Amino acid sequence: MSTITLASKRRRAALRTLAFMSPWLIGFAVFFAYPLISTVYFSFMHYDGFRPPSWSGTKNWTYVFNDYPYFWPALRNTLWLVLVMVSLRVVFGLGVGMLITKIRTGTGVFRTLFYLPYLAPPVAATMAFAFLLNPGTGPVNAILDKIGIPAPGWFNDPTWSKPALTLLALWGVGDLMVIFMAALLDVPREQYEAAELDGASAWQRFRYVTLPNISPIVMFAVVTGVIQTMQYYTQPLIAGKVASGVIQGAGTQFEPGYPEKSTLTLPQLVYNLGFQRFDYGSACVVALVLFALSMVFTAFLMRRRGGLNLAGD
Amino acid sequence: MTQVLDKPVELRTPVSPAERTARRKALLEWIGVHSLGVAAALFFTLPFVFVFLTSLMSDTQALSRDLIPHTWEWGNYQKVFDTPGFLTWWKNTLIYAGLGTVLTVVSSIPVAYALAKFRFPGRNLSLMLVISMMMLPPQVIIIPMYLFWAKQLGLSGTLWPLIIPMAFGDAFSIFLLRQFLMTIPNEYLDAARVDGCGDLRTLLKVVLPMARPGIAAVALFQFFYAWNDYFGPQIYASENPGAWTLSYGLESFKGAHHTDWNLTMAATLLVMAPVILVFFFAQKAFVEGVTLTGVKG
Repeated sequence: MSTITLASKRRRAALRTLAFMSPWLIGFAVFFAYPLISTVYFSFMHYDGFRPPSWSGTKNWTYVFNDYPYFWPALRNTLWLVLVMVSLRVVFGLGVGMLITKIRTGTGVFRTLFYLPYLAPPVAATMAFAFLLNPGTGPVNAILDKIGIPAPGWFNDPTWSKPALTLLALWGVGDLMVIFMAALLDVPREQYEAAELDGASAWQRFRYVTLPNISPIVMFAVVTGVIQTMQYYTQPLIAGKVASGVIQGAGTQFEPGYPEKSTLTLPQLVYNLGFQRFDYGSACVVALVLFALSMVFTAFLMRRRGGLNLAGD
Repeated sequence: MTQVLDKPVELRTPVSPAERTARRKALLEWIGVHSLGVAAALFFTLPFVFVFLTSLMSDTQALSRDLIPHTWEWGNYQKVFDTPGFLTWWKNTLIYAGLGTVLTVVSSIPVAYALAKFRFPGRNLSLMLVISMMMLPPQVIIIPMYLFWAKQLGLSGTLWPLIIPMAFGDAFSIFLLRQFLMTIPNEYLDAARVDGCGDLRTLLKVVLPMARPGIAAVALFQFFYAWNDYFGPQIYASENPGAWTLSYGLESFKGAHHTDWNLTMAATLLVMAPVILVFFFAQKAFVEGVTLTGVKG
């Protein structure tokens, strides 16, 4: 027993840590570090998957930024989605969260009904909305026509396709509702009582009591919303495919972004370049742009105090 | 009761004007809040209702602007199940979601435990890398990953490129479990150690039973992730319809039944239904998981 030295104890602790961490360490190397380095490598190569990769310098980069017709529209769409969809989702999520904390009768039923759409699988939810908002046969425009409101073309009209996607995103606001609900219930009651004694109006109570208390959560919702928008893929793709009406079956060629590039997002470009045009090099350029943007916001999220609780125990 | 009868006067005491306005205000607020609640509930539920109603219409009526079916065609659901491939998509989805969930939970628990309770150099760095992986759009690394699975291992046309990586810890699950395990007081672990438990036994006998809600939340999220995944099957399984999942096949269903909105909506509901059923059985674990993701820690 006396042979157990401090060094061997330490070695045992290190081995123990290594053993527990090993699944992730392998996963990190094989499914993160290696492909990431490889993506950087391919971004400087010409590679079509058939002939061996050959060095092409910055050709892929200049192609994507200068000549690839989808890159800037996709970036503009992403900016639009960040500004409009993310902020509307946060405002709406907060509103629904506040509403649910005020509802006294049937709270559980309301909460479940508000939450359910968030669970709808993205493909199914998008198909449902493509049907609901179908300009010809959809019930939404049928109702709008009956009331006499001019009915937009939704997913078939380049100016309305992103608002239609926003509507779909607002329908699935359940995640933010739950997060805001938890935050709102954590606001100390005394602060509201004190404000009320001081004669604060409802708006003032919201502005000077509620908002300062939940501002970290609002920040969290905004930043994760931006990160999710960078990854926005399935909904715009399916909406474009269904609305364009050209699909004959999954896997057929489809020029993304219908109508008129208005639903293009960066992830769709990786697919378009890599798996439709077989230009793996340029696909990797877009992938790296996507990576850089995602990491900037992730760093922002991690630096925020208290947000992800990284401080350890 | 007698007390009340003894003091009839108090019962009849008129409500003071101030209190009356306060009560009226409270009533108005109740009405306002609940009308808003009903309006919001309509917004969230009507899409389901319209989809359901359309799924029961006849082929011709589904192309009209009618909202209510003239005849209730329950046979539409039978037609969906009879579509070639639909049952295979179900089977594939269950394999992907089920096997993937088991592998993820088993491989993520020890990592999350180490990150939550062990002290070692590089722990914070590891945690930051886990979060970076969690936030990584899958498209960023898809080109090398596809070349790896398809060209080097010849596994395209199967779901294995999606299932195998789950045996090596999933970043989101690790992070969520780690957040949950942080809430377990160290005293329990110390007590187990004093009793002579090794690390593995402490994890299995002490930590796991306490972490059950966190594990349930992670399992649910992972199940839903696989169920909803479109990009993964699109990349690896598209060439082989025998490997398609529901989320991927649903789109081709629309392609094959080009104008049959009724059948497409029936299929859409059949893809949504299991997720919603699972939610009803595990509501608590799920909501707990959502709040865990970043707010509480």
